[in-house]
Amino acid sequence: MPVIGSTKNLEALSLTLVAEFDAVVERVWQIWEDPRQLERWWGPPNYPATFDRFDFQPGGRAGYYMTTPEGEKPRGWWKFRTIEAPRKLEFDDGFADETGAPVDAMGSAHAAVDLEDLGGRTRMTIMSTFDSEEQMEEMVKMGMEEGIKEAAGQIDAVLAEHARA
Amino acid sequence: MVVDQLRDADVGRLFQALADATRRDIVRRVTAGESSVSGLAALYAMSFAAVQKHVAVLERASLVTKEKRGREQIVRGNHEGLEKARRLLDEYEAIWRQRAERIADILAEG
Repeated sequence: MPVIGSTKNLEALSLTLVAEFDAVVERVWQIWEDPRQLERWWGPPNYPATFDRFDFQPGGRAGYYMTTPEGEKPRGWWKFRTIEAPRKLEFDDGFADETGAPVDAMGSAHAAVDLEDLGGRTRMTIMSTFDSEEQMEEMVKMGMEEGIKEAAGQIDAVLAEHARA
Repeated sequence: MVVDQLRDADVGRLFQALADATRRDIVRRVTAGESSVSGLAALYAMSFAAVQKHVAVLERASLVTKEKRGREQIVRGNHEGLEKARRLLDEYEAIWRQRAERIADILAEG
């Protein structure tokens, strides 16, 4: 049960999620730093992500596409703001057209990732902030797995499990 | 289907309305308890007309309701509108929970 808590700030359109992993900070950093590992978890199994650009340095950009079950390939971009290996990563995140160029009208989101050493284990805190409604709506669509309802069901199951633990 | 509801044009107005700090403050206040537009105007360093405009944006986004009472316009929080915004955040949280599960699986491989 990696996720241990979350905080939503409705008015500022932000979400903070805290998860803990049984791995050292350097290992957890790799799942962000290595695009081959990143694409194994960024998209859900039936919406896999493929990163075809990954310039992992401050100011650098990443580009990716998801492959939908219908064979469509919606694209997204990242722009790395802060990279302080192995603890801190900040990037902007938005939608791109079929050439990979950012769609400015869609706005962007900002993600701040912090990794903290818990003596061999790692606490990962992610704060996402949105700046427009369409952006958030599209993010929700692109990240969707078996559908929102099933996801909600999963959370309930997870929460129930957590409550029993 | 939830997604179709979220595609509603109302949602667009909702998030634009919440993008402004003064409007967020107005929402916070009138959700806690109703207030007149003139009462709100006294709280901010801006004209009555400017505050009235903010209230109108919030009203169009279904975040507040406005009602005439005598010579006053009374503003109240609209819980349904706020619930809608919360739902979007809930869905986004679900996505990250699933990502965290997948990360844990990858890390478990060593």
